[in-house]
Amino acid sequence: MSAQPGTIAPPMVVEQRTRRDARQELLFRWLLKGCALLVLASLLGAAFATLWGGREAFAKFGWHFLISTAWDPGNDVYGALVPVYGTIVTSLIALLIAVPVSFGIALYLSEVAPSWLRTPVSSAIELLAGIPSIIYGMWGLFVFAPFFSAHIKPWLTSNLGNKPDDGKLSWVAQHVPFVGKLFASDYPFGASILVAGIVLAIMIIPFISSVMREVFQTVPTRLKESAYALGSSTWEVSWDIVLPYTRSAVIGGIFLGLGRALGETMAVAFIIGNSMTFSASLLDPGTSIASTIANQFSEASGLQKSSLMALAFLLFVVTFFVLLIARLMLSQLKRKEGN
Amino acid sequence: MSSIYLRRRLTNWIAMGLSAVATLIGLVFLAWILWETLRQGISALNFKLFTSITANGEDGGLANAMVGSLIINFLGIAIATPIGVMAGTWLAEYANRTKLGETIRFLNDILLSAPSIVMGLFVYTIIVLPSTALTHGSTTFSGFAGGVALALIALPVIVRTTDEMLRLVPSTLREAALSLGVPQWKLTMQILVRAARSGIITGVLLALARISGETAPLLFTAFGNNYMTLNPIDKMSSLPQIIYQYANDPGDTMHAMAWAGAFVVTMFVLLLSLGSRLIFSRNKVSHD
Repeated sequence: MSAQPGTIAPPMVVEQRTRRDARQELLFRWLLKGCALLVLASLLGAAFATLWGGREAFAKFGWHFLISTAWDPGNDVYGALVPVYGTIVTSLIALLIAVPVSFGIALYLSEVAPSWLRTPVSSAIELLAGIPSIIYGMWGLFVFAPFFSAHIKPWLTSNLGNKPDDGKLSWVAQHVPFVGKLFASDYPFGASILVAGIVLAIMIIPFISSVMREVFQTVPTRLKESAYALGSSTWEVSWDIVLPYTRSAVIGGIFLGLGRALGETMAVAFIIGNSMTFSASLLDPGTSIASTIANQFSEASGLQKSSLMALAFLLFVVTFFVLLIARLMLSQLKRKEGN
Repeated sequence: MSSIYLRRRLTNWIAMGLSAVATLIGLVFLAWILWETLRQGISALNFKLFTSITANGEDGGLANAMVGSLIINFLGIAIATPIGVMAGTWLAEYANRTKLGETIRFLNDILLSAPSIVMGLFVYTIIVLPSTALTHGSTTFSGFAGGVALALIALPVIVRTTDEMLRLVPSTLREAALSLGVPQWKLTMQILVRAARSGIITGVLLALARISGETAPLLFTAFGNNYMTLNPIDKMSSLPQIIYQYANDPGDTMHAMAWAGAFVVTMFVLLLSLGSRLIFSRNKVSHD
């Protein structure tokens, strides 16, 4: 019944074809929508699956789960504080190092570097983001942790810690509160919370610096040129014009890095030492939520498994909100651009 | 020169110097990590790695892990690509600027950086646990479950690149086709997806690069297997999982093999991401 070329199809054929098109269109639309809803389902599913898996632990320990440092499979008592502490402290150390370095990189690449150098250097920095986390773990375990324990750790313990090898307390350890405790350690190996934080910092630098660089480029040239015309230096333009203009997106980029650092598993599992006992010192081994799960889940059962699921739920919810803030902050700049 | 000028100049010099130092720090760590992986990896490479299996321990190789990695990655990409491309198409063509579309796009961006280990636990709950009930209690880790876990990680990458690439297609192309009476699904499948093809392929390659180094989600899904298996419903080992296992082993031979595995994974990932960027360098893809 198909129409010959050059002739006009009879109305009945056209109507049939239109109906068929409409049917297929509807089918296609629902298929696509179903796939898009799967994205939503995977997010909700991950949250509900871990909440469901952790229900026994939440029911048994309640709020006490969050503030207890116990992790005792022998007596079946579990608390989240040690891994939560490790996760937060390693991520904070990572941010403390990564934020200024990333700002420096973004500044260098957008204002300082000669233009022929910008593309190769920024691709190299982005290459860091492409290296799998397990490689960071290997490097951290076999290369960086020994290097740290041979060259950096002795200096830290004797100049900042309150348990120095030679017994002489440094000025800092005597006069600045908390610092002595943070850098005291008898532990002979490099694997520690501080090393995990440093390696996490290297991992999140490319993410933060690429966001910063991208948003720095959105600053209207006339703003910068006006400042230069008034005699500002490059640094003054960056600090007083570029940074305030892009503030929300820069914070968004930092939160994006934080989200990465909180959820990172393998690199941390290699180098944090995986100790379930609480220690305030940054040079002692600790554990993070993700590395605790990676280490214990396959051999756990019953309440321990449920506690690990509960930890995963906490991690997922916290990273979700951190990333939510990050995206909201980032989209604020886009809205400004749209005006 | 008055002191305020001198001070401002000095501040500027110091700041610019520090920014160069920061860049140098980044580059030094990149070089350090790559150099160690190359040095230790190449010195541990030998023919046996590709022919012998991990059951042979110190005298063995990584053949089963390499085959396992290929199968699991293939499964992950095979599951994630059609779903991701269709979801991305829906976002760009049907739901652009609708409330649901914006919400899914936003949540997809969050999923991009969600902790992968939680995705592993999710798949453990929905696939490994139910199938354990079928086999009367013996835990049924499988390569297929590993593939699904990796698919969940690849999915947001593919959704996002498809969405971005389709939105780059000029709307005159759509208007031209629609004015000729082409139904929208035909327009999408035969014109738009074709126009954005190179960008979508870039997204799939980036997703492959992303998942081929993933370890955490495989620990409780594919689990590991010291023997060669091609059966996706069997336990399956993968290179990252063997690297993790061998690196925690006290033996130096095992460490060398872990480095060799790390070298293979790194080369694979870097060549993939470099290649996809070189070939399609005209298409701008962000991967944050």
